[in-house]
Amino acid sequence: MRFAFTEEEDNFRDEVRKFLKSELPNNWDGVAGNNLEEGASDKEWDFALEMRKKLADKGWLTMAWPNEYGGQNASMMKQVIFAEEMTLARAPGRDGFGIRMLAPTLMIHGTEDQKTQYLPDIAKGNVQWCQGYSEPESGSDLASLQTRAVEDGDDFVINGTKVWTSSAHRADKMFIMVRTNPEAPKHRGISFLLIDDMKSEGIKVNPIIDMAGRHNFNMVTFDNVRVPKKNLVGELNRGWYVGATLLDFERSGVEYSSRCMALLTELIEFATTNKRGGKYISEDPNITKEITEIYTEINVSRGMSYKIADMQSNGEVPNKESSMSKLFGTILEQKVAALGMQILGMYSQLGPESKHNKLKGKIEQEFLSTVSATIAAGTSEIQRGIIATRGLGLPKP
Amino acid sequence: MDLSLDETQQMLKNTAKDFFATECPETHVREMENDKDGYNKQLWEKIVNQGWLGVPFNEKYGGFGLTFLEFCILLEEAGRVLLPEPLFHAVLLGGMPINIFGNEKQKDELLPKIISGESIATLAFHEEDDSILPSSIQCQASMSTNGYTISGTKMFVPFANISDMIITIARTGDKDTDLSAFIIPSTAEGVSISELSTISSDKQSVINLDNVQIPATNMLGQKNKGWELVEQIFSFAAIGKSCEMLGASEKVLEGTVEYAKTRTQFGRPIGTFGEIQRHCSEMATIVEGTRFVIYEAAWKLAQNKTADKEVSMAKSWTSDSHKKVCAISHQVHGGIGFTKEHWVQLYSRRAKAAEIAFGDGNYHREKLSKLLGL
Repeated sequence: MRFAFTEEEDNFRDEVRKFLKSELPNNWDGVAGNNLEEGASDKEWDFALEMRKKLADKGWLTMAWPNEYGGQNASMMKQVIFAEEMTLARAPGRDGFGIRMLAPTLMIHGTEDQKTQYLPDIAKGNVQWCQGYSEPESGSDLASLQTRAVEDGDDFVINGTKVWTSSAHRADKMFIMVRTNPEAPKHRGISFLLIDDMKSEGIKVNPIIDMAGRHNFNMVTFDNVRVPKKNLVGELNRGWYVGATLLDFERSGVEYSSRCMALLTELIEFATTNKRGGKYISEDPNITKEITEIYTEINVSRGMSYKIADMQSNGEVPNKESSMSKLFGTILEQKVAALGMQILGMYSQLGPESKHNKLKGKIEQEFLSTVSATIAAGTSEIQRGIIATRGLGLPKP
Repeated sequence: MDLSLDETQQMLKNTAKDFFATECPETHVREMENDKDGYNKQLWEKIVNQGWLGVPFNEKYGGFGLTFLEFCILLEEAGRVLLPEPLFHAVLLGGMPINIFGNEKQKDELLPKIISGESIATLAFHEEDDSILPSSIQCQASMSTNGYTISGTKMFVPFANISDMIITIARTGDKDTDLSAFIIPSTAEGVSISELSTISSDKQSVINLDNVQIPATNMLGQKNKGWELVEQIFSFAAIGKSCEMLGASEKVLEGTVEYAKTRTQFGRPIGTFGEIQRHCSEMATIVEGTRFVIYEAAWKLAQNKTADKEVSMAKSWTSDSHKKVCAISHQVHGGIGFTKEHWVQLYSRRAKAAEIAFGDGNYHREKLSKLLGL
């Protein structure tokens, strides 16, 4: 047991911190509603892409990749440190879809041609991918998806609708799960395809504006969209399992705790330097209690993530642990935002556009945007189900 | 960052787990609830023979030469079975103060006795005002010709009934923190001990000290530095208690899940119902989160690093989380868990006692808030 980082790890953390200090604008405090790292506006997006290229140059974007694909095979803890520092600094530029989701999937299931064609561009930060999973009638029950792909000569022809597609309006390409055999049991009739051009004929991206007023989600419709058969990843009708690999890469989650700590630090600073009714806000015993509780819970959440990284370092596959980390971490994100609202009092109503706002209206954005934290990437209910059945062995309902 | 146990630690854990599973079944816990001494001498001897009282102490006193961290691993396993024997007390409230604050003579003389089980020492801090503050200590130690004369009343002293030494915190000056620690033999004239009947059926006592005469050499640590002793020992004890709660939480979780799998209602196991699954996943998540905060603090304490924040985070979190785990367990068990003959209540009654020992959630949140500059 050792609850400290190695000297090498500490040095790496310093290096990332210095880099971020020099690359981020002075007084950078993230994009509005900091659970959306890429930001919502065009300006924020351009900056995120610029940062992504710089991270790629540093070799940090692909640090987790195996050496044979140009990565560093970085230790789990090094990856954790990188994620922590990026999130604590609220720095944009990491690439969830390409680097962390699609690339590992291609490494495991892709053909040699697919690897050569797609991996280098992802590694350089040249391409934005998006993820075509959820559908209007298939949310938590993803395997019931109905977007259809029919074989026609050398192509698949896709028809259907995908929804909650983050960044589809920014993306160059999409990886998508489609139904290729409607007769088979639902998990066994799905295939995993790569769409090379989001501007292809028949693709329409319709914006969905979220309750925080931002455009991140989209509804994407497919009307006879042709995709060459060589873009099938893994075997035909085995796409559910190809996609499942990818989900396993998505859920380690040290970002929950560092994101919360970034915000709580700001809130403590605010509460100890601003007065209400003649007293510092931090002197209100209710506020004090909540701050200390949340500070503690952030540490609990960080511990859950470290445990997952530690398991992975030892070659174990986290399962219920990832669900626990997600469940706990996302509820925590909502708690910090709610605490922020309480601390700002009447001013908590004012968003970024108000000239009377406090903390740039960020808390209002955070409060609204974190509503989705316990829903996106597997709802809390789904996580609890996984913990109960896969983790604790309770019988399926 | 390495969260795994090393070979020694793993071995200690396995040995302890097997030992306690055999030696401390539920029947033993129940028996000790009504026992005159509150512990079984034969079992105590077996624990002593394992050498476990010496785990965190130097070999020259007969110890294992390991650290507080390894002792925490033992306590987690003891907590799992609700061990009634005074393992926690003998080491953390008796041995630890002497090991850290005692002079060479005291250590040479007393530690081997404690490690070999020949002597048991305990710590008498609380008084009528039960807050953990220097100002709540009214017990007076006045200098006399041959040493000190001590008078006052100590409350909630664990295992005073079987201890031969009472490490007593008493006032030696006018300032709030002018406190000192004294080793008082429980057989000394003027010492009277009366037992309390507690929620967890453990052994806590009120000690009345009526002009108790002790030699000056019985002072433990420096004069007027007694508050430092209290703070340090309470840190160790808060984490030790948290480890016991962690072990207990794990047991409660396992037992509850087992019940949810086997108890049938409406023609199927209750574990298939969404509400029950929700309860169980909630418990599992809480328990998962508890391990890290506790062991981070334990590791830091064992390494002599500053751990004030970590200790307060761990004890405030665990005090509340363990109580919650027990409450959820009651809910899943329904009526049967409310009965005296069921095992859950053994855990939930002790959860309350553990929650308030060495600072409850509010106490540690208050400490943490100061450390955060609030």
